[in-house]
Amino acid sequence: MEFQFAGLADFIAMNGHGPFVWVAYGVTLLTMAGLVTQPLLERRRLRAEFRREQRIRERRAARRQPERPAAEAALAE
Amino acid sequence: MAWQWFHRLGSPRWFYEKTSAWLPWLAAASALLLAVGMAWGLGFAPQDAKQGNSYRIIFIHVPAAFLALAGYYLMAISGAIGLIWKMKLSFVVMRAAAPIGAALTFVSLFTGAVWGKPTWGTYWVWDARITSMLILFFLYVGVIALSGAFAREQLADKACALLALVGTVNIPIIYKSVDWWFTLHQPATIKLTESSSIDPSMFYPLLTMIIGFYCFYAWVLILHTRTLVLKRESRTQWVQQLLGEGR
Repeated sequence: MEFQFAGLADFIAMNGHGPFVWVAYGVTLLTMAGLVTQPLLERRRLRAEFRREQRIRERRAARRQPERPAAEAALAE
Repeated sequence: MAWQWFHRLGSPRWFYEKTSAWLPWLAAASALLLAVGMAWGLGFAPQDAKQGNSYRIIFIHVPAAFLALAGYYLMAISGAIGLIWKMKLSFVVMRAAAPIGAALTFVSLFTGAVWGKPTWGTYWVWDARITSMLILFFLYVGVIALSGAFAREQLADKACALLALVGTVNIPIIYKSVDWWFTLHQPATIKLTESSSIDPSMFYPLLTMIIGFYCFYAWVLILHTRTLVLKRESRTQWVQQLLGEGR
């Protein structure tokens, strides 16, 4: 098994078929990369949303019982 | 007792925890196989006597089309299992499979069009194989659209499963189209029952790419399913804990 082309320029040109071959491979790789990144981005979005809701919940809880005596808080910890 | 594994299989949490360990292996295997297969197919496989170098598109076109079809089976069977046994995870897998299948069908149609120009002199013809693949693409898009069209997830699950099952009628048409209507698309190069019409020097890189695409498909399907599980189980304690921890 050996490399079928004389050099890099020859490899890229592919006897005139280069544009077709490279466009096909490029679009395929981009689509595959998109398939991998999409769920990861979605996951990150879910996590950010959860954290935001969590902060809101905590703030609400803090507002509901505003003056907690310091001694009691220390005891709770 | 004998059915315990079956019920566990339907549990989204069990799936999520089990697949965590598989992901790096599947990612590594698909990256390695695809890199080797592409280098082999692009640089080392011999030129085709009739088509010259444009035939090198086969190394992505055929695996993508294989997985587009296998993915449809998987989506329809998951939908059927969900309908019959009311298995939660099964519907999630079905819905995760839709965008992946659509993307792979797009890849096979696009690479086919780009391959068609230097080989047949045209990007597109309404050939039986190509048209039935286009219908497959629309079926996938239909499932994606349906899954977003209902306020209640359970209704969306059932509607998607039904559409997926009805659409299976298209699958044998795709397989047989090259034999029933012999138009422009060439018949299958790889056959399981007879000897293939492809030289070993081209067959081995193609086989590498096909196995690579299967690994990639498994990897991506698990990734999409896990994200959907997190989304749909977001009210449960284990997901809340997971999202809070930042793992």
